[in-house]
Parts: sequence; structure tokens; C-alpha cells
Amino acid sequence: MTFESFSFYLFSTILVGSALSVIFSRNPVHAALSLVLAFFTAAAIWLMLEAEFLAISLILVYVGAVMVLFLFVVMMLDININRMREGYWNYLLPAIVVSGIFLAELIVLISGRMVFEKPLEISAQITNEGNTLQLGRLLYTEYLYAFELAAVILLVAIVAAIALTLRRRKDMKVVSSSDQSSANRASRLKIVSMPVENGREREES
Amino acid sequence: MIVEFLSAYIGDSLAYFSWTLMKVLMILIPVTLCVAYLTLAERKVIGYIQLRLGPNRVGPKGLLQPFADVLKLLTKEIIIPSGANKFLFVVAPMLSLMPALAAWAVMPFADGWVLANIDAGLLYVLAITSMGVYGVIVAGWASNSKYALIGAMRSGAQIVAYEIAMGFALVCVLMMSGSLNLTTIVDTQRSDFGFLSWNLIPLFPMFVVYFISGVAETNRAPFDVAEGESEIVAGFHVEYSGTTFAVFFLAEYANMILIAALASLMFLGGWLSPIPGIPDGFAWLAGKIAFMLFFFLWFRATFPRYRYDQIMRLGWKVFIPVTIVWLVLIGILMRMEWWPW
Repeated sequence: MTFESFSFYLFSTILVGSALSVIFSRNPVHAALSLVLAFFTAAAIWLMLEAEFLAISLILVYVGAVMVLFLFVVMMLDININRMREGYWNYLLPAIVVSGIFLAELIVLISGRMVFEKPLEISAQITNEGNTLQLGRLLYTEYLYAFELAAVILLVAIVAAIALTLRRRKDMKVVSSSDQSSANRASRLKIVSMPVENGREREES
Repeated sequence: MIVEFLSAYIGDSLAYFSWTLMKVLMILIPVTLCVAYLTLAERKVIGYIQLRLGPNRVGPKGLLQPFADVLKLLTKEIIIPSGANKFLFVVAPMLSLMPALAAWAVMPFADGWVLANIDAGLLYVLAITSMGVYGVIVAGWASNSKYALIGAMRSGAQIVAYEIAMGFALVCVLMMSGSLNLTTIVDTQRSDFGFLSWNLIPLFPMFVVYFISGVAETNRAPFDVAEGESEIVAGFHVEYSGTTFAVFFLAEYANMILIAALASLMFLGGWLSPIPGIPDGFAWLAGKIAFMLFFFLWFRATFPRYRYDQIMRLGWKVFIPVTIVWLVLIGILMRMEWWPW
């Protein structure tokens, strides 16, 4: 067994194991952390296929940002495991149907590729220049409009998500940062001159 | 040369493996020593700023103080809270140390002195350092303590916010140099005019944004709300003691050195000498890193802690717009070729 196939089997075992643990672990935080491990090993497998840009951006975007926010929410929520497990048998049949269709599609796609097409070969240009450069060049020249459109759609999705969840409370107290920064001595401090009180006079009165 | 010498005795692949291992150790041991002396430097610098002497009892002028601290921490008991998740509680410090050390793999120290000279070096650094937040979050959750959880939440939100500004600042750097390889980034800052061709000058606002974001990323004062000893005791590591605490400490200082090293490589010309005629070399890089590290200590002694909403405002509403404007500006300058150098 070469080192490459050894590491492939190692990473895929970890990947499948952690993916299973995402589904089966009872604790939602453990599930989210297993998902992080799954992403990380998937990135390692992509790195072995010399897709270094995809691998690094998977870690940067999903592990570094998306899953952090995910964990954040999971930790803050008070999840009742027993209530989530209710109705398990009702959901089982639709779940099996959906995942069966999904599996069939994958099998058709992969076996079709294997039968009708030659296996993909990494072209010499990509290995020489590194695919970060190649991807960047293609994205910003040939596929520029598609790329920009995708960015705009994502932006619209962000604005929509915020607009849907934004609630304005009437009793909310807001500090205005510009007021705070423009505050100066004159607006906060007043020096008044008072006549000096005589201690003895006060005692007498 | 050394690989050839070794392969005569133990075979090619083993020789390559052991030579790489030696190179890894040649980076990690000095980094760890730097961390040890950075803690001493911090106490000394802050001491002098506050008109005190700082530690001066262990060894000559207190020079052995870090070793005394390490020994003390290593011999202390590790207390695991009864309601804690034991596995995650122990794994969390390792999760925070791993990225801080792994990022050094692509750091060039001088021309050709690099462990892994990969083309996507800058992306690798960004990806690896973005994982550091897990140590903090997992520690906060696994401790099963209110203060720890609040600290973890604060730190998570803060790191995610400042990572974006930091990323944009670095995008400006890679636009200037046209490469993600750290050695190339330093080489493109080379010219006959010394420090005038460093990225510092055209990208000065980005340098400021990058460094302040770096201070926020490492949870250092004035952005240390994750620890916030006056409000949430010690934040995410309140339940940690002994070696596990020492590992968090090590990770924080290793991250500081990393941020300082990246700032010197990307904005201050790395190992290039500031004055033409004086030879380049590792000494310049070391000096620049030390200079940047001094700022970390200076900030801590000078500024009071930011309020949490001010941190979020600075990250999202000030830094990100500033970086985007500068990004567009650099793009226009490059397109129009209005480039004085």
C-alpha cells in the first residue's frame, strides 16, 4: 500500500466516522464539533487531490466562520433532546424515501461518469501554476458575470434574512456613538463657584 | 546536504522525514523560548511603564523568572470541574495551541529559510489561524460555568468580526504583490530605496487595521473582554489550572508573536533592511517582530478595556468599510498605473 492510498483510507475512515457521529451523537454540541472534524478531513482529502484552493477555503469559510456561528447558536439554545426525538417513526419513512432518491442520484452520476467518460486527469498546467491562480483567472474573466450574480444573490439573501428577523423594540435604549465621541468637557462638567461655607456658622444655625 | 549525509545511514525517506522533523523543532523551540521571554518582557515593560521594577528576584535581573513560572504551573494540580465535559475540557487547550504553532510552517525567516514554501501560504495562514477560536469556544462550553460560557461567546463574536477586516487588509497586500506566497510578498517590497518601497507606505491604513484586528484576534488588552477579569473573573479559562492553563497562556503569546511576524513580513518588508547598502538578514526580521510585540505590551499598559458594543461597532462599522474603500482605491491605482514606485 502506498503512502497516498494509506492516507486516503485513513482520512476517509475519519470522515465517515465523524459524519456518522454528527447524526448519532445525542449532544448537539458534540454533533457540531463532529461536523467540524468532517469538514477538516474532507479538506485534507481535497488537498491530496491537489485542490489546495478548495481545501483551504473549505477550512477558512466553513470551519473558521460558519461552524463557529453554528456552535454559538447550538450552545446558546436550550435544546430538549427528548422533545426532538418525539415523532421519530413518523419522520422515518419520508427520510428513507428522500435519502434513497439522493443515493440513487449519486450512484447514477458516479457510475455514469465511470462508464462513459475517462477518469479526470489533473492537467499539467494546473499542477505547475497551482490552482489558486487558475481559479482566480477563470472566475474573474470567463465566469465574471456568473460570479458577480452569485455574489449579488448572496447579498440579497443576507439582507432578506436580517429584514425577516429584525424586530424593533419600542423600549430599547440605544447609545449614540457619535454623541458619545463628540462629548467634550463643556457638555459634561460645570464648574460653579460657591461661597466658602464657614463650619462654625453651620453649627450655630 | 544534511539529507544526503543522513540518507547514507538510514535510507532516503527516513532521512527526509527526520530532517523535516529537525527543521520543525528548529522553529518550535525558539518560538517557545520567545513565548517564555515575552512573558518576562511583558511584566518588565509594564512594570517600567507603571514605575515599578517588575520581576527581578529569580536569576540575574529576573532572567530566570519564566522558567520558575513554567515549573510552578507544571507542578500544579489540574482540577476538572465535576459537571465538565472531561474530553472536551482537556482537548480545548490543545485546540487553541495547535493553530498558533502550525501557522509557523509557512513563515519565511530569511531568503530561503522556510519549512514549507507553498504558493498559497497566506491563505494557509488565514485558514489555520481562523481555527484558533475553537479552543476558546470549546473551553468555555466544556467548563460548565457561566463566566466561561460568557467569555467564550464574547470571544467567538469578536474573533469572527475582526477576521473579516483582517482578511480584507491582507487582500490589499496580495493585490500589491500579486502572490500568496510569503517569500514573494517580501521580495516584491525590495527596491533600491530601502523602506520607501515597503507595503507600509501605500497601505498604511491597512497596516493599522491589520494590527488592531490582530490585537483583537489574540484577545489582548484593550480587547480582552473574553477574559475580562474585573467582570467575568477570567472568562473562558476560569476553570483551568496547572498545565492546561499554561497551554492557553502559551497559545495566546504564540499568537501574538505570529501576528507580529505576519505584520513585519507583509507590511514592514520582512528581512529586508530599511536603509539601502546595509545587508538584509534574519536580524532585521527579528528586530521588526520585537518592535511590533512592544506595541502589544504598550497597548496593554495604556488603554482601558473597550466596552463590548464599542468593539463590535469598531469591527463591523469602522474597519470593514475602511478596508473596502482602500481595496477599491488600490484597485483603481493599479488599473490606472498611477504608481510612483
